[in-house]
Amino acid sequence: MSSSTHDSNVLLPTATPPPSDATDAGQIDTDILIIGAGPVGLFAVFEAGLLKMRCHLVDVLPQVGGQLSEIYPKKPIYDIPGYPSVLAGDLVQNLMKQIEPFHPGFTLGERAEKLERLDDGRWQLSTERGSVLRAPVVFIAGGLGCFEPRKPPLANIERFEDRGVEYFVRNPELYRNKRVVIAGGGDSALDWSIFLADVADELTLVHRRTDFRGAPDSVEKVLELANAGRIKLITNAQVVGLHGTSVLQGVQIAQDNADAIDLDIDHFVPLFGLTPKLGPIAEWGLQIDKGAIEVNTFDYSTNVPGIFAVGDINTYPGKLKLILCGFHEATLACQSAFEFVFPGQKRSFKYTTVTGIEGISV
Amino acid sequence: MDITVTVLDRKGVRHPLQAPTDMNMNMMELCRSYELPVEGTCGGMALCASCHLYVLSDHELPAPSDDELNMLDSAFFVQDNSRLGCQIKIVPELEGLEVELAPVGLVT
Repeated sequence: MSSSTHDSNVLLPTATPPPSDATDAGQIDTDILIIGAGPVGLFAVFEAGLLKMRCHLVDVLPQVGGQLSEIYPKKPIYDIPGYPSVLAGDLVQNLMKQIEPFHPGFTLGERAEKLERLDDGRWQLSTERGSVLRAPVVFIAGGLGCFEPRKPPLANIERFEDRGVEYFVRNPELYRNKRVVIAGGGDSALDWSIFLADVADELTLVHRRTDFRGAPDSVEKVLELANAGRIKLITNAQVVGLHGTSVLQGVQIAQDNADAIDLDIDHFVPLFGLTPKLGPIAEWGLQIDKGAIEVNTFDYSTNVPGIFAVGDINTYPGKLKLILCGFHEATLACQSAFEFVFPGQKRSFKYTTVTGIEGISV
Repeated sequence: MDITVTVLDRKGVRHPLQAPTDMNMNMMELCRSYELPVEGTCGGMALCASCHLYVLSDHELPAPSDDELNMLDSAFFVQDNSRLGCQIKIVPELEGLEVELAPVGLVT
């Protein structure tokens, strides 16, 4: 795949997510399991570390920093106390340095899928790639949520998912000698059209407009392939219908200035980027209001004991989605987390100016 | 100073809204403050298209940025008058603006 020229290249699916540090399917035990490795999740490691609690972070993105790394690494942030201005990417690097003494673990490029309570009261989190992580406390620091593919608004599309409709190209061989329709106009649609033109029997690219917003060299290549008859390009058009019995057999394509076309095909791959969704977190029995997790502002606990929600993903009266508020929330949540990690033990509050930072060895 | 803008919701109901021009607000935030069904998931970074709307009046708006065009390119139900509400700043020139919330969900 060619690299994207877009600032928002987070929106483009990648074919092969990078491996995490937990691919051996080994089980990871820790004190606080943090879902989301954005700024708030990272800072939680620091505050937990001061209380001798170990942390492990899970994030669907392949690197730490959340939105700051993925969406606006070069944008200055002006409301971090003590920094008149700091680039989002630099803030992430500083946070990583700040939490280094506490040796957090990371499972990156994996989506937190299922959360269950074990008989011993701890939580067990499984990712969609099979990693299993256990801890007495879970912090949800999921920001906007997971980035999921944007699905075309077709009534029966879910019926054909993995039966001819795929939102990512995971394995190009799936399309060998098949009839494939790709929809979209961005880098992902262009790059995969170019790649699959050699693999598929028939490759059709459907785009709503005549011009493409992808990288100019990809656009040029697609037009060349279209001229050579290796990509069938249908512009000013949209896929408006899917049909098939048990698997996808055809699509209907509506055109702005011509009659609709019915095409017999084997695969439809809509590539319209990713959009933030709460994702599997919505299924965990937490109280949700308008896509955010309701918390008690005493300690940012959710309605489920042992699960806390901090940062942009939570909501409460007066909530502001600010990094600095997330730092505060994570700090207070750690105080209550201590009761779960070290039941019955006394917690002492110390200033770092007095005691410095005592790291945690692993 | 306040201006009046009108938002047509997805049920066809017209909502005339008083909008302050001195609070650095945008149309997404305005709709949310009146509890109209606009999610604004990404907080105004032109990242989710959940504030997609159609401009019905003939006001001249500043041209969309590349980020906004990229997002509109991957949104659905896009028309020539499509914009992202989060990218429309409320300024005195928008007095009388009329917009319609774009559909969400399935094609019917």
